Amino acid sequence: MSSNQSEPDSPPQTLVKIRGLRYFRGSRAIFDGVDMDIKRGKLTAIMGPSGTGKTTLLRLIGGQLRPQQGSIIVDGMEVNKLNHRQLYELRKRMGMLFQNGALLTDLNVFDNVAFPLREHTRLPESMVRSLVLMKLQAVGLRGAHKLIPSELSGGMSRRVALARAIALDPMMIMYDEPFTGQDPISMGVLVSLLKNLNDALNLTSILVSHDVRETLSIADDVYVISEGKVVEHGPADVVQKSGSDWVQQFIQGKNDGPVPFHYPAPELIDDLMHG
Amino acid sequence: MLDQLQRLGSASLNTLERLGRGHLFLLNVLTGIPGLFLRFRLVIHQIYSVGVLSLLIIGVAGLFVGMVLGLQGYNTLVDFGAEESLGVVVALTLVRELGPVVAALLFAGRAGSALTAEIGLMKATEQLSAMEMMAVDPLHRVVAPRLLAGFIALPLLAALFSAVGVMGGYFVGVGLLGVDEGAFWSQMEDKVDLFDDVLNGVIKSIVFGFVVTWIAVFEGYDTTPTSEGVGRATTRTVVHSSLAVLGLDFVLTALMFGD
Ligand SMILES: Nc1ncnc2c1ncn2[C@@H]1O[C@H](COP(=O)(O)OP(=O)(O)O)[C@@H](O)[C@H]1O
Ligand SMILES: [Mg+2]
Repeated sequence: MSSNQSEPDSPPQTLVKIRGLRYFRGSRAIFDGVDMDIKRGKLTAIMGPSGTGKTTLLRLIGGQLRPQQGSIIVDGMEVNKLNHRQLYELRKRMGMLFQNGALLTDLNVFDNVAFPLREHTRLPESMVRSLVLMKLQAVGLRGAHKLIPSELSGGMSRRVALARAIALDPMMIMYDEPFTGQDPISMGVLVSLLKNLNDALNLTSILVSHDVRETLSIADDVYVISEGKVVEHGPADVVQKSGSDWVQQFIQGKNDGPVPFHYPAPELIDDLMHG
Repeated sequence: MLDQLQRLGSASLNTLERLGRGHLFLLNVLTGIPGLFLRFRLVIHQIYSVGVLSLLIIGVAGLFVGMVLGLQGYNTLVDFGAEESLGVVVALTLVRELGPVVAALLFAGRAGSALTAEIGLMKATEQLSAMEMMAVDPLHRVVAPRLLAGFIALPLLAALFSAVGVMGGYFVGVGLLGVDEGAFWSQMEDKVDLFDDVLNGVIKSIVFGFVVTWIAVFEGYDTTPTSEGVGRATTRTVVHSSLAVLGLDFVLTALMFGD
């Protein structure tokens, strides 16, 4: 399965180190012994079907949820051992892009991007303005700075949210399904934007997605998770040639294979007779 | 039977758990209040949206309630030849009871429900989560200014309600029914005590403002993040805060005017 069985000392170029992660919702295990290493400066993709816990994983890394077992170490700090203040200090250095952007609906585009700057710095307004316009320029939306969130398309909202996420120049950024529900053009825009930002700003990126083709085209490193476990790990081309039937079914999007079409159910005839 | 007991038990446990969460929530919000004095702009903005936007409904309701009090009071008092005490009756009823209580009920319907829906929707659209990930505590940035604003706004609104109500009583009593104007005002001045009546009314509305806003922001923050959940939370805000106001009013009245 994974090509790097946890070596005792992970090298310092690992920014996020996850060991033995177990997380339950009620009695259901969302993660059941997951190990991961997210490398500094690389774009790491985490793929898996809907409902496997990809969003949950990002929330665990960001300290919004606490694992029942195992450790998540970000930049040398164990996330679930930090106190409130330390956790918030760490989060200033993390950016997160939520599935639908999560822009603050009572603020316009400019103020949304300025929000983290105004909350966390005492920069004069002229400086805030320059920084915000630069970030918006980077995502191609400087011209839209006066619009309000309800006037933006889905792709634009995500780009604004991206500008907001990089406002404080974080060390890493987490993307939660940035491509879902995009038309081919805005999908292409987002894909190259992610790649370019990662390279230009020397960011560490974690990309959670089930859009296989787009994700594999830009990822340096790929984890495939299913039913609480890492089922495949390696560079994109290695994962693509995986010998696992399950991974092949997922990558090629076949509807038949190890993953059954039907949710587990009693025999149809029994259900009908007793209904 | 056992089944029913079990359901009763789990319902009470749920209620207790929610109460506990509500108090913890309040504690966390209160730690954010001191920081607000450096950024009072945030509070002003909320006072505008919970307070100023409730002015119209409070004013109109106050006027009508005062007019009704004028009519009813006159009809009763005139039988005893005491219609000159109309001013006292109207003022005391408003300042002690109707001002704080009716203003709080209207406030729960107008501002409380809006607060719950707003915060609930922010939760459902992940805006609160996004703030947390931007290292901004939504309890301090979003909830605390709203709690403080409600706390400040309701006593002012209740005072306005009473003032407009007295004017309503005056219109009807002096203007329409011919009560002597001098007696109307001088008796009121004589019999309404600043501490016993006005201050107690103000204390009531401070308590109501705090409780209604607390319920409203907690319901919003604790909502199930779906459109259905937000709808239910909004209803709960109005129902629970109205009941809380009426219940507390009884307790406070017993404590203040009971002896
Ligand atoms: N607040 C919650 N309460 C209960 N179960 C949840 C909650 N959030 C997510 N889940 C469950 O956890 C699983 C993983 O969810 P999620 O991380 O959102 O999956 P993904 O992002 O991979 O689609 C899902 O099966 C979902 O039903
Ligand atoms: Mg998800």
